Amino acid sequence: MNMHTHTPIPIADLRRSQPRFQGIESGHRACLGCGEALAARLVTEAAGPDVMIANATGCLEIFTTPWPESSWRLPWMHSLFENTGAIAAGMEAALKAQGKSTKVLAFGGDGGTFDIGFQSLSGMLERGHNVLYVCYDNEAYMNTGIQRSSSTPHAAMTTTSPVGRDRMGKRHLKKDILSIIASHHIPFAASASVAYPSDIRKKVRRAMEIEGPTFLLIHSPCPLGWGHDGALSIEVARLAVQTGLFPLIELERGELIGTMPLRQPRPVTDYLRLQQRFSHLFKDDSRAREELEHLQALAERNIEYYGLKGNHDDPCDSEGADTVRRGGQRWA
Amino acid sequence: MRQALEGSQAIARAVALCRPQVIAAYPITPQTHIVENIAKLVADGKLVCEYVSVESEFSAASVVLGAAVAGSRTYTASASQGILLMSEVLFNIAGNRVPIVMTCANRAVGAPLSIWNDQQDSMAVRDAGWIQLYCADNQEAVDTTIQAYRIAERTELPVMVCVDGFTLTHTLEPIDMPSQEQVDAFLPPYHFARTLDPMKPISLGTLVSPDFYPEARHSHHQALLNAAAEIVAADADWCALTGRSQGSLVQVEGDADASVAILTLGSVIGTLADAREMHPELGPVKLIRLRAFRPFPTETLLQACAGVTDLVVLERALSPGGGGIVGAEVKAALFDMPNPPRVHNFAVGLGGRDVPLDIYPRLLQTVRSQSPRPFAVFDVDLDKLPAEDR
Repeated sequence: MNMHTHTPIPIADLRRSQPRFQGIESGHRACLGCGEALAARLVTEAAGPDVMIANATGCLEIFTTPWPESSWRLPWMHSLFENTGAIAAGMEAALKAQGKSTKVLAFGGDGGTFDIGFQSLSGMLERGHNVLYVCYDNEAYMNTGIQRSSSTPHAAMTTTSPVGRDRMGKRHLKKDILSIIASHHIPFAASASVAYPSDIRKKVRRAMEIEGPTFLLIHSPCPLGWGHDGALSIEVARLAVQTGLFPLIELERGELIGTMPLRQPRPVTDYLRLQQRFSHLFKDDSRAREELEHLQALAERNIEYYGLKGNHDDPCDSEGADTVRRGGQRWA
Repeated sequence: MRQALEGSQAIARAVALCRPQVIAAYPITPQTHIVENIAKLVADGKLVCEYVSVESEFSAASVVLGAAVAGSRTYTASASQGILLMSEVLFNIAGNRVPIVMTCANRAVGAPLSIWNDQQDSMAVRDAGWIQLYCADNQEAVDTTIQAYRIAERTELPVMVCVDGFTLTHTLEPIDMPSQEQVDAFLPPYHFARTLDPMKPISLGTLVSPDFYPEARHSHHQALLNAAAEIVAADADWCALTGRSQGSLVQVEGDADASVAILTLGSVIGTLADAREMHPELGPVKLIRLRAFRPFPTETLLQACAGVTDLVVLERALSPGGGGIVGAEVKAALFDMPNPPRVHNFAVGLGGRDVPLDIYPRLLQTVRSQSPRPFAVFDVDLDKLPAEDR
């Protein structure tokens, strides 16, 4: 029986009947086009109201809670930069001891996750706490004014990996955090991007259903730190996925179980040239050309390693899942 | 009924009597026996709680903070390097005004590495905004641990119960363990007014601009000063229930009218009390023990120092380049006295160096033979040092 022969579903009525929950209210102080603010809103909407949040020091904490104001409609605590995994673990232990089912979420940026908070995150995962840890990855210490982190991509310019006679931006590779997380063999870990909101929602809901540690890495452009127009945040994030530089993958117990296929991989230069942090790579300079080749090779390595190249047009691939670009239509 | 218990075992049992729901444990000598004993109580089903074996002291302090704001009574313990590693969280717990109780099994701080007792660790975090109570013996460690929960939860301030490593933690003493009924009568179930709750969402630990920061610091300072009354009340109520007082803010023993007094913190007081009994020929001496170091009990201290002309301040830590820590604070408190005593300030027992009974006559001799000299490490053997360091 074909479901579509029934009376058309009253979409508008259905929408109205859905409880609309917003975890972060508008009016906070994020920059225009902030990827992290959008990602956090999407995550909290999908997670729903029965959660408790541990938030690391960083932009998200600063722009949502200038005392005596707060954007949060959720129970929320900021303690320190490097202890978010442990604060969340403590919350979860307490809720468990009290017999409550409230889910604990932990939010950190890439500095608080890849670098300074990595130990407490690893401990929390190893001990199997029922916590969804979300890393909003904007690839540098943006709150302190754009310093390199271990998540900063190779060759990107930051204030502590500047470009000069002897340097072409960051000398080291972006840390492969998901592989390290995968080595903890937790039930579910995934990467996502603000350019693909329905994919974020799907992954958050998946994690919410699991009782145990889960991890979500969300690529979140920072217009100020990356040097692009705030209106281009979604476009930039989409290109990071479509070039293969930021693969969207899902891992169960450390095993790769899903990827978002790339219908037509784009050259990395499409992504890089929109951003000031890579502008030195477009000068007439042999080192610049070499770094561009290097970044293209990294993207191709991702495409091969994760098997990102799709065989046919897939409604869930990097073009099909891109509902934002099509004004909300399901797929082209 | 009195039982012979190791200090750590007694403290573990006292913690269990307080019905904590979340315990975060990371081992460090000489605290280890405490968390081992608690782990065994949990394994044997004698204590039902979430026992979280964390990966560092930094996370131990963080786990109890997260658990306390999520509505559970908590416990952790540490020492020395562990206290310093968690120091950022200690400030954060106190600044957020979260009631947490921890034991500091006092130990020296490296380098040079030492696993033995002094009080440099807790002294290093005296400005973190915690209540600090120093115990003279293991009965006091038991009773103070229980009192600490009531003080913390009534004042919304964390309490650090300081017990001398090895000297107390690893020593067997006859202990009168209170009954569960006594503890339940003394300590109501955990209540924290700002518990995080999805039904009434609030934000904790927010960014505060210069418009509000001084007010937050003032109220924290004021809360610690006000906590003195809760420390006194907790000890008085505990005494009414069990017949045991543990010294409130300042404990004074010996000759009330003596013109010479010795002031110290922690277990050294036991050595001094024994020595005093052995040496009646050395004249009347008053022994003053600061049980509370934060809040600093200025008023009670001044009362204890009335009529004293020479006050020996013994401490088990120092501020290199400054001098005595306790000594400086005592001198500051005495400054407003009409006839303040002369203060003789020494550090003793650093890094586990024995504090023998004969320290008592030697200290009194020093005091009587000279006007106060600057702070010094007592009993230091200069022959072990190169000439330029003497």
